[in-house]
Amino acid sequence: MTNLEYKEPIVSENLAISLGLTSEEYKRILDILKRVPTYTELGVFSVMWSEHCSYKNSILEIKKLPRSSEKMLVEAGEENAGLIDIGNNLAVAFKIESHNHPSAVEPYQGAATAVGGILRDIFTMGARPIAVLNSLRFGNLKNNKTKNYLKNIVKGIGDYGNCFGVPNIGGEIYFHECYEDNPLVNAMAVGIVDHNKIAKSSIKGVGRSVMIVGSSTGKDGIQGASFASEDLSEKSESKRPSVQVGDPFIEKLLLEATLEVINEDLIDSIQDMGAAGITCSTSEMSAKGNVGMEIDLDLVPQREMFMTPFEIMLSESQERMLLVAKPGCEERIEKIFNKWDLHGVIIGKTTDTKNLVVKYKRNIIVNIPADCLALGGGAPVYEREVKIPEYIKNPKRELFDFIKPDNYVNEILNILSSPNISSKKWIYRQYDSMVRTSTVELENIDCGIVEIPGSTKFLALTTDCNSTYIYLNPKVGGMIAIAEAARNIVCSGGTPLGITNCLNFGNPYNPEVYWQFTEALKGISEACLAFNTPVTGGNVSFYNQSQNNAIYPTPVIGMVGIINSKDEIIPNKFQNKNDLIYLLGNFSTDLNGSVYYKLKTYSEGINAPEFNLTDEVLLHTAISELNKSKIITSTHDISEGGLIVTLLEMSFNKQNLGFKIDFKTEDRLDKVLFSESQSRVVVSIKQSNKIQFEDLCKKLNQPCHILGSVEKDSIDLNGEVIENINLFRSVYDKSFENKLNN
Amino acid sequence: MDSKINFAVIVFPASNCDFDAFRVPAELLKQNAKYVWHKDTVLGDVDVVILPGGFSYGDYLRTGAIARFSPIMNEVINFANGGGLVIGFCNGFQILTECGLLPGVLMKNKSLKFICDYVNLKVVTNNSPFTSNCNKGEVLKIPIAHGDGNYFADENTLQSLIENDQILFQYSDENGNITDQANPNGSLLNIAGVVNKKRNILGMMPHPERAVRKILGSDDGLKIFNSIVESFVYQ
Repeated sequence: MTNLEYKEPIVSENLAISLGLTSEEYKRILDILKRVPTYTELGVFSVMWSEHCSYKNSILEIKKLPRSSEKMLVEAGEENAGLIDIGNNLAVAFKIESHNHPSAVEPYQGAATAVGGILRDIFTMGARPIAVLNSLRFGNLKNNKTKNYLKNIVKGIGDYGNCFGVPNIGGEIYFHECYEDNPLVNAMAVGIVDHNKIAKSSIKGVGRSVMIVGSSTGKDGIQGASFASEDLSEKSESKRPSVQVGDPFIEKLLLEATLEVINEDLIDSIQDMGAAGITCSTSEMSAKGNVGMEIDLDLVPQREMFMTPFEIMLSESQERMLLVAKPGCEERIEKIFNKWDLHGVIIGKTTDTKNLVVKYKRNIIVNIPADCLALGGGAPVYEREVKIPEYIKNPKRELFDFIKPDNYVNEILNILSSPNISSKKWIYRQYDSMVRTSTVELENIDCGIVEIPGSTKFLALTTDCNSTYIYLNPKVGGMIAIAEAARNIVCSGGTPLGITNCLNFGNPYNPEVYWQFTEALKGISEACLAFNTPVTGGNVSFYNQSQNNAIYPTPVIGMVGIINSKDEIIPNKFQNKNDLIYLLGNFSTDLNGSVYYKLKTYSEGINAPEFNLTDEVLLHTAISELNKSKIITSTHDISEGGLIVTLLEMSFNKQNLGFKIDFKTEDRLDKVLFSESQSRVVVSIKQSNKIQFEDLCKKLNQPCHILGSVEKDSIDLNGEVIENINLFRSVYDKSFENKLNN
Repeated sequence: MDSKINFAVIVFPASNCDFDAFRVPAELLKQNAKYVWHKDTVLGDVDVVILPGGFSYGDYLRTGAIARFSPIMNEVINFANGGGLVIGFCNGFQILTECGLLPGVLMKNKSLKFICDYVNLKVVTNNSPFTSNCNKGEVLKIPIAHGDGNYFADENTLQSLIENDQILFQYSDENGNITDQANPNGSLLNIAGVVNKKRNILGMMPHPERAVRKILGSDDGLKIFNSIVESFVYQ
């Protein structure tokens, strides 16, 4: 089997279509090249013009998002991750990305490489990753398929991040039937970089050496970007070779070597290789720098023999980077990568032709203007049709009614044991959350908090998205996703700085899906403006659907905030016996979108839960002001499960501090307890601060209602529920694992 | 003359807790600390060697099995045999058992899962330079983060560990009771850390270098580091 003669398939429109291009796009290629493309060129176009790389069906909408602030150091989408100034000559680099399709067909590797890919986006900018988070969605936990997905995806995330050595400090997990065949795996990474060490991907000079560093190139993940740009189907199983295989050990070495060459100022520019591998990094870096590039595939270190040029160009083998060396620095770069037992090989040079030229066995097999391949250049851009879905156009008039329960304990236990509420410790215990010794003890705060190395400040990090709310009302639901993320940061004592988003939707060619997409983005925009949190970048994942069932619209928000000092961190557990407990915001009986309503009626409602952006902004100001005055001893926001779940979660503390609540209400108590109406938090304060607290709330126009006080060991709810904390706590702690293993 | 103690932290490929182990002597104890690259062959002027936690060589083949062949390990073994203090945390413990400096092996956790959590550790003896600052029977709150921490040794080895007072730490409940429930990984006798007979080499699965400031969740790990520093003061 030696000397296999390599024969390329004959290029035709049909071949182009089989690679995922449209007839129009094929004609456009003929126009650009003024000739028939080679097979490898066709492959290059097919991945670069895929949804995944080109954002062709979303870019027009994304450009409408608020994407600027004086603190942003790179324009949104310009670099591999967003970058925000945090003072002390430091910047935070952060981004969230999806790996949904790979995780659906190969859960372990799909999830592992989700983490690997997003980490590279951070350290390719010169930033050392200091935290990762992940946002996961699964189908019904009762199904074996879901359990299998969950166990493997969690293991994949854990194995990769644990070995790499980055603390996994938060995220969220939801279960809903709409994710049965389409689990979502979104990973977010956050890093810190000195202003003068920021590395960029835009090439600065011509005649400079282009180097490939890290792992060798193999036959894995070929055309992964195209695979991510179509619906999942039964045939998707056969796409398993499109899934990349991760090696966190190599990634850790790549991190250290990459930061070393950046710190020693040896490089002109650098970009990681993710989707579309060598193709994407060579064409994007060239296009951004407005230069050309000539590379020779025979020089690329290869994992196996007989790789075709098509395969080398389209391989998505992990743990690789493309960099351009500063003149004369090639040897030092090679030496550093070799020290870490990695490749550091020159494969070409930058040119002044503005074309991407690729040689294989001395023949030129690709010669394309780089600009034509890249987003913002010649890649296609489409405007998509929208149509208001029937369930929005003609909604049901009112919510179903049901009988008031006579036993609240059972209702509360049902809620606490539901997978969307119960403790996910079984999952996060498998993630190393403490490596690098900067993680503030996690179990007591509304979001993940890490110390900023080289500073006395902290970063507060969260991901949020309740897709039921967004399905019920995409615009308001979109606002709520931002509001909740910001609320979590404010409740932990921080100030929101900016967001990254991962927009998970169905097929964009379905006008109803696209309507959800545009509406959700409108809501996100409005709320981002209100909280002064610009969109610094992110990722769009369409085609999350199979057999005509699209997922609920799931725009996951990753938000970064800053906490100025240790004293400003607010715990979310009760701290002292006899402290007074208040509700900031108003009582509500709105059950739309709530966990309780779904348990009772097997339906979700007719609208998103009550939400008012102005009230929400006021609430955040109030919490910040109260925190500045050192009045709050603990705070926790009201979200899934409603007021009662918030109160109970505040009671699941080390000192076993519960509550005695006694408030008057004309309304049905169950609705008041379980409503997920927004813009509300529970706070506790010292008794001696009662007057000061109430005065301050009044001054800030913040409605507040006294609920009761903190009591040792017991839960007393208007005298209707009197129990020991441990009854609720054991259900909250153990339900998830029990359900998973049964 | 500099009276500070010189700590060396060995860096294997993917020793991801090297930074954490380095920070404690350098930032908190105000002693000297340096990294030593695994391909080096000289330790230099060193008082304490730390083999940090992490995933040396990706834990491929078996945890610690490849790292023991790193060039620097000959020097570490000579240093240890000469009575120098050597500490292995987590992956470092696994390397120490692989190269035979400590008895026993570390197998996959009984649950077959990686576990990151705070645990309670009972100080079995304070007769060692690593625990002299603790009270016998004291319970420390220190985290674990490992997939392979299940300590195993044959009957005779266990017997000799007990007879020679070599078990330093056992997983316990918060009152110091040694129970199955308090055992996170299936270790025999709930063993979390052991010393050699000469009492100059410590291996432990928990991470005291992660429990050094209250804001991280505990500062009990400092007791171990302070014991080490004091062992030099009183020499």
